[in-house]
Amino acid sequence: MKEYPRTQPGTQPEYLYEGYRSSIRRAPSQPLIQVPHTLSELTGPLYGHNPIGESDNDLTRHFADPPLGERIIVAGRVLDEDGRGVPSALVEVWQANSAGRYRHSRDGHPAPLDPNFLGAGRAITDAAGNYRFVSIKPGAYPWRNHPNAWRPAHIHFSLFGAGLLSRLVTQMYFPGDPLMAIDPVLHSIADEGSRQRLVSSLDLSLTEPEWALAYRFDIVLRGRSATPFEEGKG
Amino acid sequence: MTLTPSASQTVGPFFNFGLTTNHALGTMALDGAEGEHITLAFRVIDGDGQPTPGDSMIELWQADSQGRYQHTVDPRSATADESFCGFGRLETDANGVCVFETVKPGRVPNINGSSQAPHINVTLFGRGLGKPLRTRVYFADDAANADDPVLALVPANRRDTLLAKPVAGQAGAWAIEIHLQGEAETVFFDV
Repeated sequence: MKEYPRTQPGTQPEYLYEGYRSSIRRAPSQPLIQVPHTLSELTGPLYGHNPIGESDNDLTRHFADPPLGERIIVAGRVLDEDGRGVPSALVEVWQANSAGRYRHSRDGHPAPLDPNFLGAGRAITDAAGNYRFVSIKPGAYPWRNHPNAWRPAHIHFSLFGAGLLSRLVTQMYFPGDPLMAIDPVLHSIADEGSRQRLVSSLDLSLTEPEWALAYRFDIVLRGRSATPFEEGKG
Repeated sequence: MTLTPSASQTVGPFFNFGLTTNHALGTMALDGAEGEHITLAFRVIDGDGQPTPGDSMIELWQADSQGRYQHTVDPRSATADESFCGFGRLETDANGVCVFETVKPGRVPNINGSSQAPHINVTLFGRGLGKPLRTRVYFADDAANADDPVLALVPANRRDTLLAKPVAGQAGAWAIEIHLQGEAETVFFDV
């Protein structure tokens, strides 16, 4: 049984962040209504028993030939707010190819598609909360948010944890990317530390020598161990 | 040790090849599922009154027809209906619409021993949403709505935004619009 403390101001993006143009007509204008955590919020979809294909976590092996680009390993731990590994968490990723193009019918960026790269994968965390992907480093790409807008290289992550409130969709960035400083999506998060925690780190211990560099990206999901002895204090 | 949860980021416009290729996730009730089989159609409308074409995604989480969740925290999970999956996920189509095949959920126990009205938990992701929007769908004209503890927190003049309505002439078909802004703005929850 976990409890889910409310998130601290600034550590999550605001719905309305005018620098991110798409938020202006999609952010709710009325204040949110705070609701208690009932069984509906404390339960949630679990994915531990769904089959994961052998190469689902290797985005370089989805076709007969390898994709173009810089091969990378992306690995880390999924943790709860107590720092405990979250086991059997479904981790889904999707990304642009090395030229900065998504395999999506509406991506109009005039960069080449790679016939050997789909750009989507998934993994399940082990008993200690570890996950690992092999992929290629995605390229930066332009978007129409404002004149000459470019997204920094990033990988989209989607995670299911222990319950509905630990559900998270986020993006992982690469260390040293100068485009992060001018990215409104990243800067929709007010807190500097919370932005920095979305930036992966080069980790030589995860690298495979002569084969691929590795980036570590640890993810913290909402939820901490409940403290039953305090229940009577309410 | 206390860690700060990682920040959310938008799913962006191009998530579907990663998240919603499996349209079977719109079918939550198998043929043998207990209870009243229904379809539930969503239409998502932005602040300009336009549907969100293909760039938003709805996830549902609900109890089975007896109000049981398939999750260890629910003390009745061991007897939950195995022909029913409480989770569903679909992208909105070019008209901002997606339709789930499910069952009408039963009443879920509340913390204090009372019961909640039948409801479905909704998480909405999309381009422009830095973090998901959370809401619930209730069923219009269900007598249990009158004493639901969460509906009671919603101003009376906005409760209608949470009520799915029966579709005229189609047995078992329900529909609801999610308005992100405007006069009919849906009530969203801080959980």
